[in-house]
Amino acid sequence: MTLAISARSLTRHFGAVIAVDGIDLDVPRAQIYGFLGPNGSGKSTTIRMLCGLLVPTRGTATVLGHSVPREAETVRRKLGYMTQRFSLWDDLTVTENLDFMCRIYSLDRATRRLRTEDRIRTYDLGSFAGRRAGTLSGGQRQRLALAAATLHDPELLLLDEPTSAVDPQNRRDFWESLFALVAHGTTILVSTHYMDEAERCHRLAILDRGRIAAEGEPKQLARDIDAIVIEIECADLTAVRRALAGVPAVRSMAQLGRRLHVLMRRDATDPEGELRALLAAHCAEASIERVGATLEDVFVAATRLRTEPTAAGARAA
Amino acid sequence: MIWLGRLLAIAAKETRQLARDRVTFGMIIGVPILQMLLFGYAINFDVRDVDAVVLDQSRTAMSRQLVGDLQATQVIRVVRQADSERELREIMQSGAAKVGIIIVADLERRLFEGDRPAVQLLVDGSQPGLEDLAQGLGSMPVLRRAGAASLEIPRFDIRTEYNPARRTAVQIVPALVGTILTMTMVIFTSGAIVRERERGNLELLITTPVTRGQLLIGKLLPYVAIGLIQTTLILVVGGALFGVPMVGSLLDLYLGALVFIAAALALGLFISTIAQTQFQAFQMAFVTMLPSILLSGFMFPFEGMPEFAQVIAQVLPLTHFNEIIRGVVLRGATLGDMRIPLLKLVLFLVVMFALALARFRKRLD
Repeated sequence: MTLAISARSLTRHFGAVIAVDGIDLDVPRAQIYGFLGPNGSGKSTTIRMLCGLLVPTRGTATVLGHSVPREAETVRRKLGYMTQRFSLWDDLTVTENLDFMCRIYSLDRATRRLRTEDRIRTYDLGSFAGRRAGTLSGGQRQRLALAAATLHDPELLLLDEPTSAVDPQNRRDFWESLFALVAHGTTILVSTHYMDEAERCHRLAILDRGRIAAEGEPKQLARDIDAIVIEIECADLTAVRRALAGVPAVRSMAQLGRRLHVLMRRDATDPEGELRALLAAHCAEASIERVGATLEDVFVAATRLRTEPTAAGARAA
Repeated sequence: MIWLGRLLAIAAKETRQLARDRVTFGMIIGVPILQMLLFGYAINFDVRDVDAVVLDQSRTAMSRQLVGDLQATQVIRVVRQADSERELREIMQSGAAKVGIIIVADLERRLFEGDRPAVQLLVDGSQPGLEDLAQGLGSMPVLRRAGAASLEIPRFDIRTEYNPARRTAVQIVPALVGTILTMTMVIFTSGAIVRERERGNLELLITTPVTRGQLLIGKLLPYVAIGLIQTTLILVVGGALFGVPMVGSLLDLYLGALVFIAAALALGLFISTIAQTQFQAFQMAFVTMLPSILLSGFMFPFEGMPEFAQVIAQVLPLTHFNEIIRGVVLRGATLGDMRIPLLKLVLFLVVMFALALARFRKRLD
């Protein structure tokens, strides 16, 4: 299995702030690789280092076989990049934007026409091809941006939070197009903060404060979670939360509708029994059940739980 | 060929955007015309109808004749009569009159004897441009009609070459070409790159194979055309409204203008590599504009400037272009005659563009 991207100890400082802190990354070809993480976790900075927009403070990165940033210009010919913000031209029409990007990639006239027509069809831009990009909706703009990023048939697509301004239906359609591209051999690196999108990736890196907190296939990540997940159902979840707050074995809680997911230390011997005893006084009829971890649990376990020892350490000091 | 293709793609895109931006498009045509009307009509060094106050202590036919002669020059207009020197000074202090004329009581005797001045001219030195007028009035042969004293033959025969009627517009309008180009070229280009940076377009563009040279030159090309259009507009309207002649060769003029436009654009480009926002770019452009207008010899001669100001003026491209355009348009000089300012312009252009190119990186850090 050849790698599209490989990075070692990739680090980037902005003054005193460490945005990316020694990331190791291996992205296989023809897959969708996800960066899941909250804002400020280093997703954009990593992507920008990979396409040569930022120079790493330390570490190395190889993209499509070329060392970056040294050979960034070579990489840029094989790379499609979708910025977090819509970055095509508001005062040009859909067709004009596409034609311009074709010319930037030095496609000849005939190819330009073919590709523009093809992308307009593929990404369903036909009904507003003559409209200026500034007047399009979030979903339309995002389809246009993807169309523009794929005009030169790039081997690698870097998508920085492509769906942040898009409604759920459009997000589904968008992901369908990504799978279509992968089927043709394109490698896609996509950053997101949506769990459902992360779940769709072939592989996933959970980023937290500039580090990779967990990495692997989504299913594997759920299996390997460093916590026991207990689901509690009860009429008065607020009381349950109050009762469990501060209990040492409980590492975190997250409410999902009428259920509460409690992450407990892995070394707990009888977590269900312990919880039942704790809740007897507050919610006698509570149903308490060990369940498989969702990606959300993995995310919480990987990011929030890492915070606690440090915070406690800081308090002790 | 591929290299040129990308450059032209950028230039075409920039032109299309410009054509759609109606306000900017209006400014391209509107600013030169407005400035020309303003400068052409408002700036006038031939002072006329200056308000004057007269203190006539002589009160004779001759003194009245004298005041009449002064008025007949149309340089001054007597608006007040004072009864005492104190009143005259009060009137001047209030600003109601800029010139005071004191005619002594023994006017006729002094004129006959001719050894002491018979008339005192007081000029308000707080206003620019009035001393020259006093000099002019002072040397006026007031006695010709009185027929009393000898007719003095002037020592120098003064002729103003290249502008015989000594009209200010003739000096101002050609220099206006450079001034207006400085305004539009520097402001438009400094904004052009920064706008794309602000809107996020640049992040996408610099992640494509486009080179720095293609990007920068492609962005400048449409403005070169705009600069040439503005040059033509100013010269045509200047000729029609103010009778500014075109003595030299049009080819020389446009070649000179082309070099100057490129120099101004390079300056704007350099600014755009420093400024982070359009507002900053505008402020920086303005900082370069004011010294350009004041020190370039557009309105004030260098000869009167202190040495450090002359040094600054040498750095400004407008200084050299004003020299070139006045030379070509009014004196009929060729570019060969103007090679020294032309070379200085080229030097400025090369240095500025190199600086802009060195500062512009296809990176975000």
